[in-house]
Amino acid sequence: MNNTEKEGAFKLEEKNIIEINAAPNNKPLNYKVLNEKIHEAIKNNHKKIILKDVCGQRFIGASLQGDLEIIINGLPGNDLGIFMDGPKIMVNGNCEDHAGNTMNDGTIIIHGNAGDVVGLSARGGKIYIKKDVGYRIGIHIKEYESKYPIIIIGGTAKDFLGEYMAGGLILVLGLKFCLDGTVIESDQPICGNLLGTGIHRGKIILRTEKDFTAKLGVGAKIFEISEAEKNEIEPFIKEFCDIFNIPYDIISKKPFKVIKPISKRPFGGNYCGQII
Amino acid sequence: MSLSHNIPSYFHIKVDRESCKKCKRCTTHCSYGALSFNGERIVADDSKCVACQRCVVMCPGSAIRIVKNESFLPPHGNYTRRIRNILWAQSGNGGVLLSATGNDRPIRTIFDDLLLDACQVTNPSIDPLRETIETKIFFGRKPKKLEFLTDKKDSTKITLKTEFMPNFEIDMPIMIGHMSLGSISYNTCMAIYQASKELNILAGSGEGGLHPDFYEYGSNIITEIASGRFGVDINYLHKAAGIEIKIGQGAKPGHGGHLPGEKVNSLISQTRMIPKGSDALSPYPHHDVYSIEDLAQLIAALKEATRYKVPIGVKIAAVHNSAPIAVGIVRGGADFLTIDGFRGGTGAAPRIIRDHAGIPIELAIAAVDERLRQENLRDEITLVAGGSIRYSADLIKIIALGADVAMCCMPVLIAMGCRVCQQCFRGLCSWGIATQQEYLVKRLDIDVARNRIINLFHSWNEELKEVLGAMGIDSVESLRSNRDRLRYIGPNPKIAEILGVKHAGE
Ligand code: SF4
Ligand code: SF4
Repeated sequence: MNNTEKEGAFKLEEKNIIEINAAPNNKPLNYKVLNEKIHEAIKNNHKKIILKDVCGQRFIGASLQGDLEIIINGLPGNDLGIFMDGPKIMVNGNCEDHAGNTMNDGTIIIHGNAGDVVGLSARGGKIYIKKDVGYRIGIHIKEYESKYPIIIIGGTAKDFLGEYMAGGLILVLGLKFCLDGTVIESDQPICGNLLGTGIHRGKIILRTEKDFTAKLGVGAKIFEISEAEKNEIEPFIKEFCDIFNIPYDIISKKPFKVIKPISKRPFGGNYCGQII
Repeated sequence: MSLSHNIPSYFHIKVDRESCKKCKRCTTHCSYGALSFNGERIVADDSKCVACQRCVVMCPGSAIRIVKNESFLPPHGNYTRRIRNILWAQSGNGGVLLSATGNDRPIRTIFDDLLLDACQVTNPSIDPLRETIETKIFFGRKPKKLEFLTDKKDSTKITLKTEFMPNFEIDMPIMIGHMSLGSISYNTCMAIYQASKELNILAGSGEGGLHPDFYEYGSNIITEIASGRFGVDINYLHKAAGIEIKIGQGAKPGHGGHLPGEKVNSLISQTRMIPKGSDALSPYPHHDVYSIEDLAQLIAALKEATRYKVPIGVKIAAVHNSAPIAVGIVRGGADFLTIDGFRGGTGAAPRIIRDHAGIPIELAIAAVDERLRQENLRDEITLVAGGSIRYSADLIKIIALGADVAMCCMPVLIAMGCRVCQQCFRGLCSWGIATQQEYLVKRLDIDVARNRIINLFHSWNEELKEVLGAMGIDSVESLRSNRDRLRYIGPNPKIAEILGVKHAGE
């Protein structure tokens, strides 16, 4: 995949760009060295950093702030964008586990699959994943004031999606991306078991006509999507389709179902404060 | 609940009618609604009384006394009053019983079975009033050894090769444990942070985030990353002296946290960064930490995020196999390790866990210290020990058993006015400590509270120096793991064996 084709989403001026080779002489740099180079580049006022041949290096983008764009060619390791607060990261390829861990703000775009525990406890920002994701996605994401984390998954998700969710939006589209570039419906189940266990705020929206009541975790309930919710997600879906070249009309071919909390206090009744 | 199943109160409120001026002050001071005025006289409802002593202290006529409820239950040595009350509470209300502060069961305290050594004749003691006794310690990871490089051309030019990891100095081996804004009030937090800065000791933030007003005390605050990641943002990472990953807490090992929505007012909402009124649920485990390797990864992530500028540590509850876990944590890259014993405090925990899970800190710290020494790791790490360090004697003994720093909470709260009524989880603390209600929080005067904490720890430090002097030791660092200066007088030789302490007389 070539960079310029995919950078359209950011529309950043082509200045202050730097390219960093993450594997000079085909030897991947240690993560500390690579991340130090990124910090060095930021110190030198580079606003756009292109990483070449990334090969499993962890913590790329950790706690970075501000107006910054990182393009990753290769496979970033765990904890991509952990504690990040503002920058945009785009991965031309897949990524490993824990992308967007405890992220406060920013954007992570993955042109492939992502591993487990994406967006753990994220408070804000967007994580867009073109294809499939693993287990425990969006656990305990939460919203606060203007902060509203959004995770959109083009493909399908596994078990424990949106567990303990305390705000924000998780959207799973259930699409499959063929090698020839066409987009069709995925033949995999859209999500795994124990969906939304302990959810007490926010919503999970699945694009499916199937009944998945049996997969629901404690405290979660399925609702039909409302007009307001449709309007709410429309711009995000459009943006998602735009970034990943998905024909927008395929989206309307299946209905959306919404999973929301039964109560804001799912476990409130479990405790007893009697003086003894 | 029918009347016949009411749980008999432990306490009886005695109002002396002669001295009562009917000023009604007690009725406004009682936050539990146990006292009211019926137009003629003060009426007391024993069932609501928690013996917090607020009315007793505030009554201008000294008219109130809280006494033990004389109408006692038929005695039974096995079905104690406590157990009967638990059964009545659960059969009436259902649910997991809550509790606060630390384990209150009368389990023998090992600290009390330990005696300190002192110098006689053969090694002289030191007079702490005339000579310097150092109580300062360096907090953070130490290199295993120092390596030097000699210049190839000029062999007199020697440079240090070893890279140092971040360390900072504290003046006393004391850390005020993690109590979050939410479990305790703003005024309580402020008093604690101001005192910590003044004393140059450490204080924990708890997992509730760090309110911007507290940033200026950051150089004495260890912030805490718990499973809920509440309030964790760039400031939380960058303003702190160190960061601690909370895996467990002595009062509730293996348990998450649960701040009920009604306590999440705008102050708490702002600090935890969650909407007002919403429950703050901390998942039981960190969902990115299912193994030592994962923990090592989170430690590394925090080091990256803070650009290797501050120590990153881990807190675990003292449980059965703390020692091998501790080794894994140190090998995983932690710069400090905190172990919290089974008597450790809490603002709210299931009673069943508070009262029955975990092991004593004395045994855990001795086992961890010993194991780390066997693995040649002990000197690399700062070891913090908490879980009921009640007074300076416990502080001295825990250091001799292997800790670098003693961590405590309850003594600090007691210094500020806490009467150990154990009702913190109800958020009605009449002393303005464990509450978020404005009218109660105001009762805690920050300046007074701060000064009392400062006095308390000055005294502890002086007593530490007295003991060090009597032992002929001139630096607290030489007391650490110095178990030969302890003797055991308890009933169980196995305890002495695990502690690595000889019996008195040996
Ligand atoms: S505070 Fe004391 S004097 Fe005043 S009403 Fe209560 S019992 Fe009487
Ligand atoms: S902090 Fe307050 S509520 Fe908690 S034990 Fe002390 S006096 Fe009671």
